[in-house]
Amino acid sequence: MRFTKDHEWVEMEGEIATVGITAYAAEQLGDVVFVELPTPGATLKAGAEMAVVESVKAASDVYAPISGEVTAANAELTDNPQSVNDAPENGGWLVKIKIADPAQVESLMDRDAYEAHLRSL
Amino acid sequence: MTTALAADTLLSTPLSAAHRLRGARMTPFAGYDMPVSYAAGVLKEHLWTRAHAGLFDVSHMGPAFLSLTARSGDPAADHARVSALIEPLICGDIAGLAPGRLRYTLLLNAQGGIIDDLMVGRPAADGRQGELYLVVNAATKPEDFALIAEAAGAKGRLTRADDGALIAVQGPEAAAVLDGLIPGVGDLSFMSFAPFGFEGESLLISRSGYTGEDGFEILSPASLAQTLWERLLADERAWPIGLGARDSLRLEAGLPLYGHDIDATTSPLEANLAFAVSKRRLKASTLRGAARLAKEAAEGPSRLRIGLKVEGAPAREGAEITGVDGAPLGLVTSGGFSPSLGTPIAMGYAPPALAAPDTDLRVTVRGRAQGARVVAMPFFPHRYHRPTTKPETRP
Repeated sequence: MRFTKDHEWVEMEGEIATVGITAYAAEQLGDVVFVELPTPGATLKAGAEMAVVESVKAASDVYAPISGEVTAANAELTDNPQSVNDAPENGGWLVKIKIADPAQVESLMDRDAYEAHLRSL
Repeated sequence: MTTALAADTLLSTPLSAAHRLRGARMTPFAGYDMPVSYAAGVLKEHLWTRAHAGLFDVSHMGPAFLSLTARSGDPAADHARVSALIEPLICGDIAGLAPGRLRYTLLLNAQGGIIDDLMVGRPAADGRQGELYLVVNAATKPEDFALIAEAAGAKGRLTRADDGALIAVQGPEAAAVLDGLIPGVGDLSFMSFAPFGFEGESLLISRSGYTGEDGFEILSPASLAQTLWERLLADERAWPIGLGARDSLRLEAGLPLYGHDIDATTSPLEANLAFAVSKRRLKASTLRGAARLAKEAAEGPSRLRIGLKVEGAPAREGAEITGVDGAPLGLVTSGGFSPSLGTPIAMGYAPPALAAPDTDLRVTVRGRAQGARVVAMPFFPHRYHRPTTKPETRP
């Protein structure tokens, strides 16, 4: 699993990346009550807005960690957005992306580097 | 209103240290270092308050006393004289307030716009006539207090009490929790207040709040605040609740937030707060902005504060309200997710012709039109403790 400074995670399987927000981000947001996801087929550019995750108080943008084409959005989150809090790094995944450039994934942080980043906050 | 200040210039309340010890997430609010939520989080704190009892530190607000500099000793005459000091600034009937009662009212500007909303109370005791208990909003207290002190002139003295603590206990189990600690408070009816002894000191306790639930607001000396807070929290029915849930609770209760849902451009009638306008004083034209208020009372205002049930993503403050045809009507002034109803809700303004319940409207969220239906407020029913024989006039 790879991570961004903005607290997204990326898990690769072949050329498909599963993307979500980290446990730290979910804890900071509080209980998630609504998730807005891109539609399959949409093209994402690394660093651009990909999804919106909302708590009772506020809406937070989630940025695409990598460029590519959305192949799936987690439909379970429509009825059960709380999955983002309950299982942020598995059942609470947001989207699957067919990646455009494998080198982008390599440039992301590994878990040790991400945890060091969290300690620096 | 949030005031961005560096941490070292923030004011603390007598309970700020206690909040940190309990792991609260702190945020600057109206110049104070305040808890936005505790470990449970906004959603669970909200639902806990609706089911049990929530404890809120609202010491950032502005309690004060307005008293006559020279009393005659005739209780009725002294009450009439102190009422006459504040009535020119507000739209409520204070002269007619019964002893021991509290009234929600509005400070108005010369154009009939709302400068602040506040509580005004008349003490019960004969010996305290000629004195009023006031509670104004945190963000507006310097201006409010200056205005009231100036209007009172040499006849009245305004004494701030915001160096103490103001603690709210709210929820269906609030009365049981507080009465267990301070016997007798359960006998207060909604919108009444009285002094109660605790640990050798006097607390001023009102049966009131900002959640739509039964509950109390307690003015305590700073020296007792932490003891009171911890003794209340020793009851397992009571949880500490942050400002995040306070906001979602008051939104569900349909209660406006000053600086957001009402401001200096909004009249009481536009804000759907006509119940707070004294009919006696409107008729006698003794209100600030009397011309506008009389015109709006006769012809109806040009816009009204409405409640909306929103489909899809929550519509937050600033989102545009439109007709089904996309015509712009007004803005959302408060909005979010309702934990009790499990759906997004919002307050905002629309023309009266489109303000009736069940009117189909739209809100624009991130560039997309979403369904929004006008609903009567409160969104969640009020559960105040009202006397059975003498119903309150407040809707």
